Amino acid sequence: MSKIVYADNAATTFLSKHALEAMMPFLTDQPGNASTVYAYGRAAKRAVEDARSKVAAAIGAKPEEVYFTSGGTESDNWAIKGVVELRKNKGKHIISTEIEHHAVQHTLQYLEKQGYEVTYLKVDQYGNISLDDLRAAIRPDTILITVMTANNEIGTILPIAEIGAIAQEKGILFHTDAVQAVGHIPVNVSEMNVDLLSLSGHKFKGPKGTGALYMKKGLRLPALLQGGGQERGVRSGTENVPGIVGLGAALEEATANLGESMKRLAAMREKLVKGLTAIPYTRLTGDPVHRLPGIASFVFECVEGESMVLLLDQNGICGSSGSACSSGSLDPSHVLMAIGLPHEIAHGSLRLSLNEDNTEEDIDYLLEKIPPVIERLRAMSPLWEDKMAGIAAAAAAK
Amino acid sequence: MTQSVMIAMSGGVDSSVAAVLLLEQGCRVVGATLKLFSNDDIGLDPSSRTCCSLSDVEDARSVAYRLNIDHFVFNFGDEFNRDVIARFAEAYLQGRTPNPCIDCNRFIKFDKLLERARLLGVDHIATGHYAQVARDENTGRWLLKKSADASKDQTYVLAALTQEQLSRTLFPLGGLTKGAVRAIAAERGLINAKKPDSQDICFVPDGDYAAFIENVLGYKSVPGNFTDSAGRVLGTHKGIIHYTIGQRRGLGLAADRPKYVIGKDLAANTVVVGDEEELYSPAMTVGDLNLIAVESIPAPMRATVKTRYSQKETPATLYPPENGRMTVVFDRPQRAVTSGQAAVFYDGDTVLGGGTIV
Repeated sequence: MSKIVYADNAATTFLSKHALEAMMPFLTDQPGNASTVYAYGRAAKRAVEDARSKVAAAIGAKPEEVYFTSGGTESDNWAIKGVVELRKNKGKHIISTEIEHHAVQHTLQYLEKQGYEVTYLKVDQYGNISLDDLRAAIRPDTILITVMTANNEIGTILPIAEIGAIAQEKGILFHTDAVQAVGHIPVNVSEMNVDLLSLSGHKFKGPKGTGALYMKKGLRLPALLQGGGQERGVRSGTENVPGIVGLGAALEEATANLGESMKRLAAMREKLVKGLTAIPYTRLTGDPVHRLPGIASFVFECVEGESMVLLLDQNGICGSSGSACSSGSLDPSHVLMAIGLPHEIAHGSLRLSLNEDNTEEDIDYLLEKIPPVIERLRAMSPLWEDKMAGIAAAAAAK
Repeated sequence: MTQSVMIAMSGGVDSSVAAVLLLEQGCRVVGATLKLFSNDDIGLDPSSRTCCSLSDVEDARSVAYRLNIDHFVFNFGDEFNRDVIARFAEAYLQGRTPNPCIDCNRFIKFDKLLERARLLGVDHIATGHYAQVARDENTGRWLLKKSADASKDQTYVLAALTQEQLSRTLFPLGGLTKGAVRAIAAERGLINAKKPDSQDICFVPDGDYAAFIENVLGYKSVPGNFTDSAGRVLGTHKGIIHYTIGQRRGLGLAADRPKYVIGKDLAANTVVVGDEEELYSPAMTVGDLNLIAVESIPAPMRATVKTRYSQKETPATLYPPENGRMTVVFDRPQRAVTSGQAAVFYDGDTVLGGGTIV
């Protein structure tokens, strides 16, 4: 088979072998429902609690503060809708940012239709918010601040601890969507001053369909799902035992060598950034310094993202442009618009997201294959032709 | 060598059968569905069915999976906005009555889609249109010919295709009748009962173009006068985009005989009405020419001409174009020849070419 370089780890990851091995018994000869009393059930329950401890340890939480869910989207929905329900007598105002993932953004838009008010903090060219803007947005009826830990498209890491401190001082609940951060950078709920945190298993080599919500001790959100009372009565549904076990094992593995892995990834990312930003009319998107180690994101002027992804696919490269939507097609990204890129430039975006499975050879391959693809697409582009003609005319006029 | 073909799929009967026929001919087939707009963007309920709603994309995908072919979804929203919707609105605002399906074929389906296909190493595109492509062995030109099913023929909306586009296009249904296509679909279990057979303009499913331009695109109509051809004021109109040549209904004019829209004066913001006789034109000027069967028209040439999708052809003489514009003289004056509509010229079953009525 021809070479494939998988560089879309922010979309999803290969399942870790360690996680698969941990899951196997629960997919084969350990069928137990964790709520039953016989040996199978007890073994399942033990495995779930063991995974809970691992997740807790990875984010600096207590095991009883971790609730398993079906993934990041459910965790985000639960956190936001739960706080709204819990604080319904206090107010109807929520503060968020312009660059949240759709799981947060669309949930907030849904609430706006129900009569809630949302302030979306603007971001600067790097995707950072201003803490002064945040302070200014807080009102007596503000019930929730929800800001992502790190952005999925441009990799920018937001000042969560500082936001958390402000929220704490004002007595407002603070949620962070840490789906892209957990397992990739150090995440510690007490240092970050968060009340609620969402994470997703398949972003750090765990299985798809698994996630968790961290809920600070003393906070008890109403249940999103009613039923048999699993997860301390707030997240009903028979536990996804193999999934939970896989999530725990994968997160334990991801955080074990985090420092070293971050260093290695950041070096590979920098090589990629250096190589690709050498292409004319190309820029890095997101914060150049405060960014996820594995995410290299770019915009190429006069290149159309959808064609780029198709051509990269022809070259055995898996990357992404814009944000994937349910149609399997692409829409201009709200994140790239929020950092001030004009629509037509935002269309030429490419995100390459690396993880520990990627090698130096992968980076070399990307650097070899991507520039000719950009060149080919520009050669076909009427926008590029106009741009070059404009530049030539300007040069001739001098 | 096996021919590779990208088929534009809507999930409907025609494109599904076209895909089946290509597979049976031994082609390497990949499916593609275009996402051109979101229902919310054009002021529609997201669940209503138009050719590009998310559920239509899913319908197309499910047909592709059943046929075991690869399927792509391409988002041409920006291009559709610029090359189809904006041109459509602009034409109405200039007092013309455009046909956006022609622009969609010309700029999107047979241009952007073909470009995508070629990026993927696929040489041809196919659609479920009822028309035929052939090669004239003598001149070497690619020909566009009518469908074997005269009642379904769609050459009118395809006459803007260039030689390059035609050389890379297949119409697998061109030799079949709609009945035969339905029979194939039934035999293969490809009938999608939910799917309407065809639509009006996909982004204006209720047919109210003026409301679309006002509500969705945000243009404010300015009321003005109805006048007769002598300039006498007869009443007040709602704004020029609300009217098209030949329109009789909805004018709200009291008159002893039925009045028709016979013209529009953009500068004066007036809509000119008159009696039915005044709707007839002996000739027309056609611009934006695209010649297909012939490279040029150096001398007056006899042809049959169609000036509306739903109209029968009528005999006429085509005069050699000057500055990209052609004069066409009808044998008998034609009713409601409308600026902005396409004119298509035929020699029997073969399309000579076409253009836009000035």
